[in-house]
Amino acid sequence: MPLGLLRFAMSKKHPEPRMFREPDALKAAYDVVIIGAGGHGLACAYYLARDYGITNVAVLEQGYIGGGNTGRNTTIVRSNYLTPEGVRFYDESVRLYKDLSEDFDLNLFYSERGHFTFAHTDSALSTMRWRAEVNKHMGIESEVVDRDTIQQACPELDLDCGGHLPVMGALYHAPGAVARHDAVAWGYGRGADQRGVEIHQKTRVTDIRVEGGKVVGVETDKGFVRTGKVVSAVAGFTPRITEMVGLRTPITIQPLQACVTEPLKPWLDTILVSATLHVYVSQSSRGELVMGSALDPYELHSTRSTLDFTESLSGHLLDMFPFLSEIKVNRQWAGMADMTPDFAPVMGRTPIDGFYLDSGWGTWGFKATPVCGKTMSYTVANDREHELIEPFGLSRFENYRLVGEKGAASVGH
Amino acid sequence: MKIINCPVNGARPLQEFAYGGPFRDMPDPATASDAEWGDYVFNRDGAPGVKREWWYHLASGVWFVAERDTLRDRFLKTYLYDAGDQAND
Ligand SMILES: Cc1cc2nc3c(=O)[nH]c(=O)nc-3n(C[C@H](O)[C@H](O)[C@H](O)COP(=O)(O)OP(=O)(O)OC[C@H]3O[C@@H](n4cnc5c(N)ncnc54)[C@H](O)[C@@H]3O)c2cc1C
Repeated sequence: MPLGLLRFAMSKKHPEPRMFREPDALKAAYDVVIIGAGGHGLACAYYLARDYGITNVAVLEQGYIGGGNTGRNTTIVRSNYLTPEGVRFYDESVRLYKDLSEDFDLNLFYSERGHFTFAHTDSALSTMRWRAEVNKHMGIESEVVDRDTIQQACPELDLDCGGHLPVMGALYHAPGAVARHDAVAWGYGRGADQRGVEIHQKTRVTDIRVEGGKVVGVETDKGFVRTGKVVSAVAGFTPRITEMVGLRTPITIQPLQACVTEPLKPWLDTILVSATLHVYVSQSSRGELVMGSALDPYELHSTRSTLDFTESLSGHLLDMFPFLSEIKVNRQWAGMADMTPDFAPVMGRTPIDGFYLDSGWGTWGFKATPVCGKTMSYTVANDREHELIEPFGLSRFENYRLVGEKGAASVGH
Repeated sequence: MKIINCPVNGARPLQEFAYGGPFRDMPDPATASDAEWGDYVFNRDGAPGVKREWWYHLASGVWFVAERDTLRDRFLKTYLYDAGDQAND
């Protein structure tokens, strides 16, 4: 791969073809229409084409590839969740991530850093023990570690957090990683495109036509397209899509904000999370500190940023790292998180024949991108849920069978 | 800074308020079916629009109703609850 870069120095013209074709017009009909060219929609298209030979597929994107939450997240990948169904699912995703750069021949900057979730209270520590035991039982590297271990991994940290909320211990997850989020979308998009999938950017789905309880096509701002299968992979736009087919769901939208500092010399090689302080932080390969906090406290369909967020995040970050007081915040942004009451996704078939949901990804769906592509493509190709997503069906809210991932997903990605 | 008009205390900064969820009518738990009750407990009108919501002024303990555009984050109206109000969601 690095040697291949020499071509760029030798050639006057840009030696690589563009990553995606730009199909000019929509066809009259497709076997499958996927709404949303985020990581999830593109991964689904990729595996539909690669594993099931279903290539008459259109991915429709109102904006640009990866411009939704895929390009806005803080890129943390891990599998130390709380419920067995969650752990099994996310672990498959981590496994897929490890080989993805090779599969795509594209560097995703997948970087295993180790992931610490701090406990500042006895009750947090006991939840962590519970998580560690579930994780170990499922074969995941996960353990509770003491203050000394944390200090060794991050000598710059003030373990007492200014004195008012001392860290008592942490859940440590060695495989915890970060990756370049745009490249994940590009890799899946290029792979799908090369196998014949059409990706239509700047094409918005405005309605879904259902006849006799069955999907027959989608209306777009570029005309009507016939199809018997529609996959909604639109994260923060999910309620607008489910409204089109008259489906009620528990999904509500709240903004999640993030920011980066100016680039610093590398000093932080782990991922640190404190749910109590509402801070999580890692250092990118460019040297920026990538940081996020808790959800905004009320429903809002907007990606606006606020000063409240940077103010409170900076305050808490300084509790952990007083020496950062002179560092500037370079950029801040927000995404719309599609939240569920049990902090688990809503996936699979729905009461409408041919309408599939990949949603409820809230603040935790980037890490699930590969496994969502795998399981959703299986579900669409076979019209039957993949076993890994059976616990995540929409019907669980009718049957009072919630998943209960809150302890692991609420803040700490 | 975002300002909300509390019906009792007037214009106050957002930080003084907590969101109390959508204003909704509860079905009678004695007669509702499991499906109706589940729909009430879990499902929400998640799409954007002008919604009626409960808000709470933390400093003075006042609960009130706000009509808010959830796409543009504009508070259009705030008023005290009147038991005759019907939910509109
Ligand atoms: C600030 C922030 C930090 C996060 N941090 C993490 C993290 O560290 N780890 C983690 O695992 N997860 C994290 N997440 C969550 C994660 O980003 C998302 O769950 C995930 O990216 C969802 O991917 P997606 O492909 O489903 O959706 P998106 O990437 O949002 O793609 C959906 C696409 O659908 C398009 N669309 C919507 N409506 C229509 C329509 N009508 N017609 C056509 N196109 C449409 C949108 O334009 C968009 O591009 C974070 C999220 C945010 C906001």
